[in-house]
Amino acid sequence: MNRRISMSDNATTFANEHTQSNRTAPEVSIVGLSVYYGNTAAITNATLTVPGGSLMALVGPSGCGKTSLLNCINRMNDTIADCRVEGRITIDDLDVQDPSVDVNLLRQRVGMVFQQPNPFPLSIAENIHFPLREHGVHRRAELDKRTMKVLNAVGLWDEVKDRLRSSALSLSGGQQQRLCIARALALEPEVLLLDEPCSALDPLATEQIERLIEDLKQQYTLLMVTHNLAQARRVADHVTVCWIDENCGCVVESGSRESIFINSDHPVTKAYCRGDKG
Amino acid sequence: MTIDRRDYGGFVLCSVAGITVIVPLVWMILALAQSGLPGLEWEFLVAAPSQSGRAGGIGPMIVSTALILGVCLAAIIPVGLGTSLYLSQYVSSTSPQASWLGYSLDVLAGTPSIVFALFGYQFFAITLGLGFSILAGGLTLACMTLPLMVRTSEQALRAVPLELHQAGEALALSRPGMIWHVLLPAAMPGIVAGTILSIGRALAETAVLLFTAGYVMRLPGSLLDSGRALSVHIFDMAMNVPGGMPVASRTALVLLTLVILINIGVRRMLLHHKRIYYEQTN
Repeated sequence: MNRRISMSDNATTFANEHTQSNRTAPEVSIVGLSVYYGNTAAITNATLTVPGGSLMALVGPSGCGKTSLLNCINRMNDTIADCRVEGRITIDDLDVQDPSVDVNLLRQRVGMVFQQPNPFPLSIAENIHFPLREHGVHRRAELDKRTMKVLNAVGLWDEVKDRLRSSALSLSGGQQQRLCIARALALEPEVLLLDEPCSALDPLATEQIERLIEDLKQQYTLLMVTHNLAQARRVADHVTVCWIDENCGCVVESGSRESIFINSDHPVTKAYCRGDKG
Repeated sequence: MTIDRRDYGGFVLCSVAGITVIVPLVWMILALAQSGLPGLEWEFLVAAPSQSGRAGGIGPMIVSTALILGVCLAAIIPVGLGTSLYLSQYVSSTSPQASWLGYSLDVLAGTPSIVFALFGYQFFAITLGLGFSILAGGLTLACMTLPLMVRTSEQALRAVPLELHQAGEALALSRPGMIWHVLLPAAMPGIVAGTILSIGRALAETAVLLFTAGYVMRLPGSLLDSGRALSVHIFDMAMNVPGGMPVASRTALVLLTLVILINIGVRRMLLHHKRIYYEQTN
């Protein structure tokens, strides 16, 4: 306990360290991606590019394959028995679908945050220590340092620094979601996948997460599924509009925020963004 | 709670049914207390029996029961947890392995205890040469209570929310890590409930122990000694020893109290676990 208290003296140092890191976030490129569950196609022939260090929002109605697309990027769909993926996903030079890719390393590079906050029923600190230990970080000082760094990054440190040992489930929904983001960041990913990260949260918590996402854009490449067009307009640099065509998801259009929300000529995009559709 | 007039009949019928469940328990406790309470002193709990059990106490039987239970738990906790983890985490519920294992467990669960008694005698006592012993008795009880242990633990493990599994996968956590740090703690209340049910069944069992642990009244010197369990003592006092009935009642009262105490104790432990687990230090 004493060690934890003494750690707070160094809070600012670590926070600075965090903002100073200057890695370049990789580009994520998806070309001709189709995802099938058995004989049913969830999304076909999707093509989009997310420049490094920017946020791509995937918008569109339910069932248009946004989450299926997202799950391919860290190969979460590997565990679904009859799921088949065609097309090509690359993270800089890494071919994600390549069978020789180590999925564990891939998932370390590509973090994921889910719709429902899903902290482990462990203490707040242990939620971050446990994944770190699993990935080979065992020194106590290093664990504490990284925990503080990521909790600072998500703006949770000041709220929880005095109760790191209490249950993560005692946090509010918004705090839990920020803890989950911190947990993903602890593994030092380059890409972050956010699957409707605010849909289970109230407006105030949503605002906090959006501010956080704005900050994360500096260092990570982000893909975010959202149902909330206004949210996409607020935080996204790029937008991909998905739609359902003949019972199957597809990408209607993908481009910069302006090109989608202001300059689009596509009838579906225009109707959807005006609010006539969807 | 106010009751709608149209619901009055239903309320009365269901209340009567509910009370009917309580009556036998209360009756049993009262009857046992009436016949068993006189003469139930500290001395009875610790002393060795004399005059074929009519006099003296049940000290050695309590020790034997505890030892048999210990052997049984030492066997069913690791094997039961291992099997339930295998069924819930390593094979799909529709796989042939799962259905064969499930089928075997259901047959084991439905097997009458006297059959286990014969098997235990043949296998543990004769074939393995353990003789009438605490070890043979505990292991046979373990075979008998294993299905209960496996099924309840399996259900508890399957009930762990999918979101936690997803979180573990997305973070590329190892399966042993997830099992140890997330799944087992989350499923602990169910696993403990399964263990209590198994203890209850083991404490109640008589036939199996008559055939395997024997009925020597001495304090057992080792796990290879024969030892008389409380349930066997009740049976023997009531059926074979003239004038043994008061001792049988007294012993039954002790056994019932033990079962109730174990239940209360484990419930409290679970609450404590919940607090520790959700506010754990580590």
